[in-house]
Amino acid sequence: MIITTPISDEVIRSLHVGQVLEVSGSVFTGRDAVHKYIFDGGASPVDMRGSVIYHCGPVVVKEKGVWVVKAAGPTTSIREEPYQAEVIRRLGLRGVIGKGGMGQKTLDACRELGCVYMHAIGGAAQVLADVVKEVPGVYLMEKFGSPEAIWHMRVERFPVVITMDAHGNSLHKEVDAASKAKLAELLEKI
Amino acid sequence: MNPKRLEASLLELVQRTSCDLPRDVEATILRGLRQEAKDSTARYALEVVRQNIELARKKQLPLCQDTGTILFFVRGPKGLDAKLFRRAGDAAVKHATEVGYLRQNSVDPLTGKNSGTNLGPGSPVYHFEQGDRQSTEVRLILKGGGCENMGIQYSLPHGGLKAGRDLAGIEKCILDAVFQAQGKGCAPGVLGVCIGGDRATGYAHSKEQLLRTLDDKNPDRVLAQLEARVMKKANELGIGPMGFGGKTTLLGCKIGMLNRLPASYFVSISYMCWAFRRRGCTLSGTGQVSRWLYEGA
Repeated sequence: MIITTPISDEVIRSLHVGQVLEVSGSVFTGRDAVHKYIFDGGASPVDMRGSVIYHCGPVVVKEKGVWVVKAAGPTTSIREEPYQAEVIRRLGLRGVIGKGGMGQKTLDACRELGCVYMHAIGGAAQVLADVVKEVPGVYLMEKFGSPEAIWHMRVERFPVVITMDAHGNSLHKEVDAASKAKLAELLEKI
Repeated sequence: MNPKRLEASLLELVQRTSCDLPRDVEATILRGLRQEAKDSTARYALEVVRQNIELARKKQLPLCQDTGTILFFVRGPKGLDAKLFRRAGDAAVKHATEVGYLRQNSVDPLTGKNSGTNLGPGSPVYHFEQGDRQSTEVRLILKGGGCENMGIQYSLPHGGLKAGRDLAGIEKCILDAVFQAQGKGCAPGVLGVCIGGDRATGYAHSKEQLLRTLDDKNPDRVLAQLEARVMKKANELGIGPMGFGGKTTLLGCKIGMLNRLPASYFVSISYMCWAFRRRGCTLSGTGQVSRWLYEGA
């Protein structure tokens, strides 16, 4: 299934944990500096309403005057947990792409605001650079430097797995609980 | 050794390490892929991983954008000039960063300033071992931050785990470490474990275990059996690739030991992600590569 940004509330609420998706359209990178900046009241230099933020510090180079993405895998999302709910609200995001999952505050915000957490494959920097077809712009580059800037990427069929949906479900919570029970059982027998 | 020739050899070593997984790791990932159920998210994740390995190799670009801590392990003859080696290694790392085999990854913790070259206090890391040998062997591991953050050190006895100072206690710690890491270290991963030592040598020795190939056999029978038990049980936890759930949680578990003090009993665990960038080569007297390691199937 392919979904294209901007994404409607209706489409987001039709998605469920465990679903494999491909995202096409506009995706904006944002990691530690951007999340703190927006949370602290900074104005977004670009309208991301209905779009997706990607926890990623890409390697981007300019070739013949054009930005080319050389490596673009996800970074660990949990660092943005203190900020994410507010950032979803302020920017009107419909999706967050990252790795490792996020906490209860973000999960609650997803339900309230109509947003999902999309898990990219960690370490797959080349596959994920390959789906970036164009870089229409970059924002806050001077302020934060290249890896922390907001890179506007036009992607085609960016592969993700929904691991937190807008219905309060989290695959991370489920796997954690199931493996915890299994661990207790294994330790008991040692 | 000829400094320029050595630098060129080490640059090629960095390139190969960053862009192309060793055969034993790739083969183990593919075995994991085949055992995951068709249409499962676990299989999907490993399928993307497989594509990524092939694409990075074809394009000769970094497998993962986090090119990690740069760990050189050098074994050489008594006369090996460590100072010359470091100088050539530093130059090779700087060059590899300029051309993009390595990301700018070395940050001053007080000022937040990135050196931009991967050079600075503690970077890169060199381990030298000199002895009765003719040739020099250099091995390199690039270890990303996501998996490094999942490393953990236990001090036995451990009340919460009911883990005592024995084999059972050690096994409990290792399984707990796999549980705690979940998918966050980019599972499926490989564990390097050290039983004993002090806090510093324990972690160092746990990383050295990662130099072993995944298909080797521990010469110590007790440790070999422990490794096998951990592999079986950890893969029953159901954490799976990326923590999506599945059968492939661990690709390998390599355990070593060091003597300890009577008062201390540490179990030190390093977690390595699936993007297990490990390569090596043997150098001739002039510093030229005479043979590549980890090339076997």
